Amino acid sequence: MVVAKVDNALRLSAVERKATALGLAIGQPLANARATLPALKVVAANEPDDLKLLTRIADWCDRFTPHVAFDGPRGLLLDVTGAAHLFGGEQALLNRIRESLKAQGFAVRGAMAGTAVAARAFARYRDGAVIAPGEEAETIAPLPVAALNLDHITTHAFRRAGLKTVGQVASRKRTEMTARFGAGMVAILDQALGHGTQPLSPRLPRALYWKEQNFAEPIATEEVIRATLKSLAAALASVLEKRGEGARRLEAVFFRADGALRRIAIEMGVPTREPAVIERLFREKLETLADPLDPGFGFDLIRLSASRVERAQGEVADFDVSINEKADISFLVDRLATRFGSQRILAFQPNDTHIPEAAWLAVPAQYAQPTKLMWKKIREPGDAPRRPLRLFTRLEPVTLLATASGAQHLRWRKVQHAVAHCEGPERIAMEWWRHETPPPERDYFRVEDGEGRRYWLYRAGVPPQWFLHGIFA
Amino acid sequence: MRMEKIAALRASLARPGLAEASIRIPLGHAAADLCLKGGLERGVLHEVFAAIGHEAAATGFTAGLAARVAARKRLLWIRQDYSALEFGELSATGFLEFGIDPARLLLLCVADAADALRATNDALSCAALGAVVIEIPGRPKILDLMASRRLTLACVQKTVTAFLLRFNAEPEASTAETRWLVRAAPSPPQAENWGHPVFEAGLIRNRHGRTGEWVMEWSCDDGLFKEADRGAVVSAPCDRPAAAARQAASR
Repeated sequence: MVVAKVDNALRLSAVERKATALGLAIGQPLANARATLPALKVVAANEPDDLKLLTRIADWCDRFTPHVAFDGPRGLLLDVTGAAHLFGGEQALLNRIRESLKAQGFAVRGAMAGTAVAARAFARYRDGAVIAPGEEAETIAPLPVAALNLDHITTHAFRRAGLKTVGQVASRKRTEMTARFGAGMVAILDQALGHGTQPLSPRLPRALYWKEQNFAEPIATEEVIRATLKSLAAALASVLEKRGEGARRLEAVFFRADGALRRIAIEMGVPTREPAVIERLFREKLETLADPLDPGFGFDLIRLSASRVERAQGEVADFDVSINEKADISFLVDRLATRFGSQRILAFQPNDTHIPEAAWLAVPAQYAQPTKLMWKKIREPGDAPRRPLRLFTRLEPVTLLATASGAQHLRWRKVQHAVAHCEGPERIAMEWWRHETPPPERDYFRVEDGEGRRYWLYRAGVPPQWFLHGIFA
Repeated sequence: MRMEKIAALRASLARPGLAEASIRIPLGHAAADLCLKGGLERGVLHEVFAAIGHEAAATGFTAGLAARVAARKRLLWIRQDYSALEFGELSATGFLEFGIDPARLLLLCVADAADALRATNDALSCAALGAVVIEIPGRPKILDLMASRRLTLACVQKTVTAFLLRFNAEPEASTAETRWLVRAAPSPPQAENWGHPVFEAGLIRNRHGRTGEWVMEWSCDDGLFKEADRGAVVSAPCDRPAAAARQAASR
């Protein structure tokens, strides 16, 4: 017996079969249940763990179809359109799912129908049924109104109106229904009768293309896994090539014989369909995984799916960079991104602001899009650089000291440097249009010490504080 | 028979890899170029050591060398997270002002030296890159003679040039073609405004030539090194008879 707190009252949220026979039901307050059955054993509900378990079951179901959606707190919807024949037909597929789950110790109810609403209703009232297309309306007619899984008030209203079965509800005029219960209820009713469709909201991004390989005997060696990935990549490439597309994101899913599953994704900067490139990127990814791929008793199914594709068109020749070079660079970027993460390999882009630390953006090179902004030099030709080569991202406070002889010193990181030259100030105001109260404006100075090091300092605030912002070459 | 042999020899000499690998890129500084027999060799490993406290100057010097060698190709700069915190993050506007187009730069951030070396091996096999700069602070154990030999071999296979930029480190045995020790050069005391970046660059090792020490100015507009025209600082010439005699004795 599982109990959970609903509307500030402890109510039963899951009930054992024996208890059901004794008249307990989900939703009953715990106090009432205790009154009828004092010897009740109660466990507190643990919803996060339930969800985790359901996720694992959904992962396991992925082997039948990539389109698995959650349905309420303890249901799963599988869209098996076009997948059933791979498992010997609809009835065989349903039986296999139900029996496998039962063998793993779950209580299962399942049914198959043309729409999600109908399938849900049959799962509750006709466990194990496969309803042929077009027969939903007559099969569902004798089921009670509760099978529609409407909200409590609507179901109650139907019952009070004397409409006890779905068939009776369906026999009423739609206009009456819409006026009384709204268009949403009528849409659900239509779907229950097998008309209209409701899109599933899948758990995972829907794969656009996929290829998979089943193994009669689970495989565990690295060579076989690699060879399989390569052959799957080749199969996928031929599909992509026909469509003139290339993949930006590929996902390999490894189904372990004991039900565990591992997904490994790679991303590419440009649409790719070269099997050799794909295999290489996967190999790098598998080599550098912090948590290596554990074959356990072996994998019995490997699937390669393309979840993001883009049109791959022939590149227009460029004058200064040949196509080959571009492809080489993007392959290098992909490899480095696969190994270190795409946020670690960066390209620079200009940014339209005069704030020194924000004047450029370091964007992941894989996703860098060409911008219309141009790089603009601040210095005049012939002048020395006006911006330092190395810029500190954290505040580096410095103190300026004047000795008795009038020479100035600069103290930074506990070391004193004599000031030999100083140029400035260059005043940079903060952007008042971005901030409610803009930070104080900064006066920048270029300072050279006795050894020739050139610092970029600024003074800001009242009383003025000095900071080192960067160092020139 | 003899003609055939000559033709075969000619063909072997005309192999594209061989011709490209031996290209030397002049730096622009006449004395240094003379010492380097025409310029910095492409497709090999070079080392630049920063004098303590002169990390930014060494960064600029290496950026200049890499930009020269890479010509119009892209540059990959591999830096460690620690290096950005300690010595400052590389600034795109800084590179722009320095005379290097930031659009040519790729920045790879890695956690440690082992990752940096692994990434370098990947990068050196990509012929589309012009140069790879690897910034390594301190003296990681992994960077030994074996690692530098591996880098040299990886360079030789292709035409990518590698620059090992070392901060807070002492030179040790390596297979680098050249090794530089760089510090910033002070401006003359009476200067009105300071000019382009000036370096005191010491060529402390050169596998195929003499060593020397020069004061070089990086011309941000032309993208090459020049003699610094300042009277106060005199460069130590490498081609004086005494210096040559000393080097001959030490050899």
